[in-house]
Amino acid sequence: MNSIIEVRDVSKAFGGVQANSNISLNVAEGKITGLIGPNGSGKTTLFNSIVGYHPIDGGSIKFENREISKLRVPQIARLGLLRTFQQTRIYGEMDCVKNMLISVPHRKATFNDMFKRYPSDLMERANHLLEFVGLYEKRNLLAGDLSFGQQKLLEFAMALMNEPTVLLLDEPTAGINPTLINGLIDRLRRANTEFGITLLVIEHNMRVIMNMADNIYCLAHGEMLASGTPDEIQNNQAVIDAYLGAH
Amino acid sequence: MSTDQTSWIVYVLVLIAGIVAPLVFPSYVNQISVLWLMILFALTWDIVGGQMGYNSLGNIFFFGAGMYVSAVVQIAIFTDVGAYTSARGGEQLVLDYGDYFLGLFAGIGSAAIACVLFAIVLGWIMLGLRGPYFAIGTLGVALAARELAGTWEWIGGGSGIAMPVYPGLPDEKSLVFYILFFVLAVLTFLYVRWLYSTRFGLAINAIRDDEEKAEAMGIHTMRHKIVAWAISAFFLGMSGAVFGNVTGFVEPLEVAFPAATFGIFMVVMSLLGGKGTLWGPVIGATVFHVIKEVTWTYMLGWQWVALGVLIIVNVVFFQQGILGWVKEKWPEKFGLVVDDRGASREASS
Repeated sequence: MNSIIEVRDVSKAFGGVQANSNISLNVAEGKITGLIGPNGSGKTTLFNSIVGYHPIDGGSIKFENREISKLRVPQIARLGLLRTFQQTRIYGEMDCVKNMLISVPHRKATFNDMFKRYPSDLMERANHLLEFVGLYEKRNLLAGDLSFGQQKLLEFAMALMNEPTVLLLDEPTAGINPTLINGLIDRLRRANTEFGITLLVIEHNMRVIMNMADNIYCLAHGEMLASGTPDEIQNNQAVIDAYLGAH
Repeated sequence: MSTDQTSWIVYVLVLIAGIVAPLVFPSYVNQISVLWLMILFALTWDIVGGQMGYNSLGNIFFFGAGMYVSAVVQIAIFTDVGAYTSARGGEQLVLDYGDYFLGLFAGIGSAAIACVLFAIVLGWIMLGLRGPYFAIGTLGVALAARELAGTWEWIGGGSGIAMPVYPGLPDEKSLVFYILFFVLAVLTFLYVRWLYSTRFGLAINAIRDDEEKAEAMGIHTMRHKIVAWAISAFFLGMSGAVFGNVTGFVEPLEVAFPAATFGIFMVVMSLLGGKGTLWGPVIGATVFHVIKEVTWTYMLGWQWVALGVLIIVNVVFFQQGILGWVKEKWPEKFGLVVDDRGASREASS
């Protein structure tokens, strides 16, 4: 299986805090890869490094065999590597349909495209995806007026609208009530199988990630602790110690 | 896509009002001209301040820059600018109709182009700043421009430039410039109305709501920000060129870069009417201008106090502005509704 994202020996420090040291991981094309670890273990820092939110101190990050560690956030997003945020971010003062429409891919956007209108098939696609996440009836409401869980779903739909190759999800189920979580897992899986989007998911909910991921990486204290299939990770003593606290 | 659902009757009424007003109130032609200028101010400020969320306190820079560019062009066509300004008004440019209007339109055109270029260069530098830093930075630009213009002798320095003299009678001049302001304001309105219906409108709204998210979604944020400011500058530059000719005299402090009056008025008018809406700036400018003219006439000596009270009430109790308040009160009128019919659609799919 081809690696679509290759992270090699990436390090990142904030002042004296070594958030990531020599992290390497591969995200297999077309698969769901999980990233777990206790709070403060450097998962979100690694995400931020991959999407170009901050420069890295050393190492290399390749996306589709292209070095991206020197590129900036919008450039990487336009390559088709998209992330969602841990603290859900949507455009609060715009209605859901507008949130969707502005999320179309900007890969080939030229200067003149700025002043075009949206063709009706995009509108149809926006509505279709809103339906996919169950927000169709609320499509004319301001995104800021939706509940937190609904905003999370909207953010996910916006990401799908962008037709990414790889989607990095930072805790997609955090703050969503347990009954909605099952629906969300199902939708993430469908995004993977039906739309062919490779997923890299940070998740604290073990039931979710063990069910969903093909391969899991576990970080602790900024270092790569273990990697393997969900079964291997669940039986890895180092991972159990990191989560439960070894003595 | 803020598709404008305003009834065509409103447009017809505004057009009729614009055409009839100078005939019905001949003695108020100048005041009504300034009303159209105020509407243009509020509309152009709102592109960047309201729709894009970048609160500029320095948009007056483009007004003054346009005025100076136009002045220089209008004079340079007929005589040497340095010699003309060093005469300190001792020399006057008296032209016939053909030459005057040739100069005027050349001036307005160059002002528009020059201001777009200024906006691109300044935008490249300033639009990296966010929030209050952008506001203070842009204010700095306006104040610096004012000081520079005051020391640059070639454009008259502190003593300013006398503009070419209008070849006709004063009443005729008022009417001609009334038409210019009216046409400029209408063009600005129609332009932004179209602009907000394109992808551009959505993109700058997205930048306003969450710029970091917009970047993470791959939107060309810098490109949109610079173009938005350049559009503002385009119309402001032309309005400055026209205003300089109305006053007949351009100097840096009170006419070209009045940062504390016009510069603040444009912000206040947008906030009053409801920023980030199409009609808000128009309503805000109209209400503000009427209140201002009335207090200037009947409360002379207290006019600044009255204006201050208006601003405080607006900012403290009424932040969403007139249209914003209406939108909050009757959201369903603006299409912000739950669509119950959608339930059947979802069930069937």
